[in-house]
Amino acid sequence: MEEIKLIVDGKRLDGRAFDELRPIKIEAGVLNRADGSCYLEMGGNKVVAAVYGPREVHPKHLEDPSKAIIRYRYSMAPFSVEERKRPGPDRRSIEISKVSREALEPVIMKELFPRSAIDIFVEVLQADAGSRTACLNAASVALIDAGIPMRGMVTSVAVAKVEGILVLDPMKEEDNYGEADIPFAFLIRNGKIESITLLQMDGRVTKEELKTALEMAKRGAMQIYQLQREAILKKYIKEEEVME
Amino acid sequence: MSDEILMEVRRDYVLAKIREGERIDGRRFDEIRPIEIKTGLIKKAEGSAYVKLGNTQVVAGVKMQIGEPFPDTPDQGIIITNAELVPLASPTFEPGPPDENAIELARVVDRGIRHSEAVDLKKLCVEEGSKVWMIFIDIWALDDDGNLMDASALAAISALLNTTVPAERFEVGDDFPLPVRNLPIAITSLVYEDKILVDPCRDELSVGKNTITITTDQDDNIVSIQKSGPFLLREDVFDELLDVSIKKAKEVRRLLAEI
Repeated sequence: MEEIKLIVDGKRLDGRAFDELRPIKIEAGVLNRADGSCYLEMGGNKVVAAVYGPREVHPKHLEDPSKAIIRYRYSMAPFSVEERKRPGPDRRSIEISKVSREALEPVIMKELFPRSAIDIFVEVLQADAGSRTACLNAASVALIDAGIPMRGMVTSVAVAKVEGILVLDPMKEEDNYGEADIPFAFLIRNGKIESITLLQMDGRVTKEELKTALEMAKRGAMQIYQLQREAILKKYIKEEEVME
Repeated sequence: MSDEILMEVRRDYVLAKIREGERIDGRRFDEIRPIEIKTGLIKKAEGSAYVKLGNTQVVAGVKMQIGEPFPDTPDQGIIITNAELVPLASPTFEPGPPDENAIELARVVDRGIRHSEAVDLKKLCVEEGSKVWMIFIDIWALDDDGNLMDASALAAISALLNTTVPAERFEVGDDFPLPVRNLPIAITSLVYEDKILVDPCRDELSVGKNTITITTDQDDNIVSIQKSGPFLLREDVFDELLDVSIKKAKEVRRLLAEI
C-alpha cells in the first residue's frame, strides 16, 4: 500500500493549519413540514436535521409520565459515500444515534413536556469525516428553531491525531489514515463551555495528548457556536421583516 | 413493574450512601469487585473465557475461519466482535436482534482490541489478497449485575489469549497460538455529580446509567473512550477519570498475566 503523507511542510492536505476548521455553512428553518430544521455543511459533509415535537408518543407504552422522551435517528443516504451504503440502520448508525441522543438529552428541558416525544432526525446527504459532529451541530440548531427549551447550545467537533500531530476537525484522509479520532460535543451556555456532552475516542493517544485535544476542540467549538447563533438570528430577523 | 419501584428505593439508598462517602457494598469508590477468570472451558471453540466480576457473569468464545481480507488490508486478518444480551441474563433483556446497548457493548470492546493492536493481524495472513484468518469474538452475557462492559472486555481478551489458530483443520499448516501482543483493559465508572464509582454494580446504576468506559493498553496509552448515558461531564471529573482508569487497568492487567 502506498504511504500517504498527511502533513506536508507543516500544513494539512487541504492547506489548513492544525487548529483550523473546515468551511462551515449553516441555515436554520429549511424544511416546511418539520417543527424545526437546519441544513449544515462542514467541509464535505452535507446534512439536514429536522425536529418534530413535542408531540404524542407512538407507540404509547414508551410514554414517560414525568418527561418527554427524546429520540434521535442518524441516517446516511445510500449515495452519501463512495461505495453505496445499504439504506436503513447499521451497527454504526445505531451507536451514533445512541451517543448523539445522550448528548442532547441532558440539555433539552424534557421535564416541561410529560407524556410527549421530541423526535430528531438527521440525514447525511454527503459524508466526509466527522458526520456525527456535523449532525449534532445541525440538530442543535433545529431544536432551537423548533422552539424547544434548552439549557444551552450543543456544539460538536472532532480532533484527530495524524503523524503524531493533533489536528482539529479532520477530513476524510486524516480520519482514515490517522492514529486517533476523538469526537467531542459540549454544552455551551451564556457563551461559555460548561461541560462535555459527547465523548468518544478510538485510536491511541497519551493522557497529555487527550488533554491538549480537549483544549483544541473547545476552541474550535466556540467558533462553530458563533455560526450556529448567527444562523438562528438570521432566520428570526428574516421572519420579522416578513411580518412588517 | 415491581422492579422499577424497587429501583426507586435502591436509588435513594445508593444516593444517601454516596453522600456519606460510601458505597452500598462497602467498597472504596475506586475498588473493583472480585474478578474470577476461567479459560478454555468451551472445547469446540478456538478459545474461550468465563469472567465473573462480582456477580456479573459473561462468557466469550472465539471461532476462526478463513475468509477474504478487506481490500485496504490485503495482508491482515480480520476481527469481528458481537455481543448478545440474551434474555436469560436480566429481566430487562428481550429476545431479538442486538439492540443499541448490545451494539454499543460489542463496538466498545472491539475498539479496545483493535486500537491496542492486541492481535498481530499481519501474522494471520494465509495468502495475501485472498485468504486471511477471520476471528469471530462472541460475547454472551449470562448474568447482569452491572458493568457488563468491563466483564465483556476482559472475557474477550482472555478468550483471545486462550485461542489456538485451527490451521490443521483448515489444512493450511500447523496449529499455532493466536499472536496476542497487547492487553487492553476497559475500566467503566459511574459518574454521579463530581463522584466517580469504579465498576458500578446494578444497584448503583439505579442512580442513572451514566458511565464512562476508558480502555488503556499496557503502555498506559488510551485506546478507546465511550461516554454512555445522558449526562453532562465536567472537565475536572474527566481528568480524574483518566487517572483512575489508568491506575485500575494496571491492577486488572496483573490478573490477566496469571492466566
